[in-house]
Amino acid sequence: MDFLGAHSPDLLPGNRPLPPVQGAIEAPHGTTIVAASFPGGVVLAGDRRATMGNVIAQRDIEKVFPADEYSAVGIAGTAGLAVEMVKLFQLELEHFEKVEGAQLSLEGKANRLSTMIRGNLGMAMQGLAIVPLFAGWDVDRQKGRIFSYDVTGGRSEEHGFASTGSGSVFARGALKKLYRDDFTENQAATAVVQALYDAADDDSATGGPDLARRIYPIVTVITEDGFKKLTEAEVSDIARAIHERRLEQPDGPRAALL
Amino acid sequence: MSTPFYVSPQQAMADRAEYARKGIARGRSVVVLQYIDGVVFVAENPSRALHKVSEIYDRIAFAAVGKYNEFENLRIGGVRYADLRGYTYDREDVTARGLANVYAQTLGTIFSSAAEKPYEVELIVAEVGNAPEDDQIYRLPHDGSIVDEHGSVAVGGNADQISSYLDQRHREGMTLGEALKLAVESLSRDTAGAERTLTAEQLEVATLDRTRPQQRKFKRILGRQLSRLLDEHVGAEAGKSADGDEDASDEAAGGAAGESSGASGASDAEATSGKDDSGKDDSGSSKGTETSED
Repeated sequence: MDFLGAHSPDLLPGNRPLPPVQGAIEAPHGTTIVAASFPGGVVLAGDRRATMGNVIAQRDIEKVFPADEYSAVGIAGTAGLAVEMVKLFQLELEHFEKVEGAQLSLEGKANRLSTMIRGNLGMAMQGLAIVPLFAGWDVDRQKGRIFSYDVTGGRSEEHGFASTGSGSVFARGALKKLYRDDFTENQAATAVVQALYDAADDDSATGGPDLARRIYPIVTVITEDGFKKLTEAEVSDIARAIHERRLEQPDGPRAALL
Repeated sequence: MSTPFYVSPQQAMADRAEYARKGIARGRSVVVLQYIDGVVFVAENPSRALHKVSEIYDRIAFAAVGKYNEFENLRIGGVRYADLRGYTYDREDVTARGLANVYAQTLGTIFSSAAEKPYEVELIVAEVGNAPEDDQIYRLPHDGSIVDEHGSVAVGGNADQISSYLDQRHREGMTLGEALKLAVESLSRDTAGAERTLTAEQLEVATLDRTRPQQRKFKRILGRQLSRLLDEHVGAEAGKSADGDEDASDEAAGGAAGESSGASGASDAEATSGKDDSGKDDSGSSKGTETSED
């Protein structure tokens, strides 16, 4: 925002006056985002549903975006504002990288996002909150890291796994039972899709894999080699395998009791 | 009270142009060549931190010679222009032509403003397209004119000689290795026609590669990758010279033996005849056409 603020402040989302409103504004909301780290990197995934009150506003919305070559951001909350914030965040990172000739540290990127969320607090108070999940490969420390945020921009690093959005409680419960810290990339991807499945199972605002329409969650992987979005075919394989197993065991894999 | 000397506008402009040209000629050169997958930038630059070649946007890169602080200023201005435009409209709406126009306005204004000294810089703005025909290369001399170039272009000290060397030898559809080799050969000739050896450490190399899967096509070629490209081509060239045409075999001999007095003599002659041509900037477009005929 430094760059845009200095050169074209009128383009900043926070600089627009808001009309006084009564109650919450009806706008599409994105729902559940989950992330899990594994020894070689981190996966970040999101379901495809946007809701407006009780209506499904969009079935195939994308809520996980690359922030730059080594990081990604997934957003829950008001879709329009969140997409704009991500665009601005991408601009900031790319601009810094080109002007300085070096990338920001992962910590630096996470802090930058924190400030941007804080800038949206006024809107959040009116019901237009944005709560992202930020994940990336830390080039200096050589590991995948996950950061979660609250509406005021409070930032906390999560170890292992994290989730945000309306279905996050259920997704976190699922990941808590499924997560192991020696996952391979594919196992981590499967675990996050399982978690999204469980979130969709119990949260009406989260969409599960839509096999009929071939709409599957967006799953991204960030490793030493950079950001990669799994292809539709790859996610379809994972989602179908999970669906197959759930036909026999609707509640998903069982954890050991002790 | 003394009367100020009268200086005719022609004289004033000629003086300023002379000043800028001298400043630019002191520096080392940058060459830009089209190859089959895009555009390659090669600069003689021993510094790892101060770049002569940089990324501007997805498909656009920038190369410059002259005073570092002046072209760095222009580079940051260009990044700012491109990022702002891409954010406001769409990434597709950032074009090399638009950027070259902005640079031309800036350079032209500075050049003709009596209060400032002219910038001692010469820029190249290149954009890689979906096919080689869609690649665009613009050369921007110190006075704010724009020259649309094709195939190959050189700026900096000794640029005339290097461009004529490149014009004779550059052809369409070169591989990256071939183009890089040709660029290094052209840079390693000094004014007298003698050759120096340029190692990977003295070179700054970057490409705009249309086959790169990422949105941003700019890539620096560094360290081992650069040495490998430079080395592997020496072997390939030697094998090819058997059935190659005269130019190619000359080049191969030069590359393999480290000196080829015949070839450099010829390029010297070319350089002298082409000198006036690139001195006046407007005529550059005709030079561009010539190149494409080759």
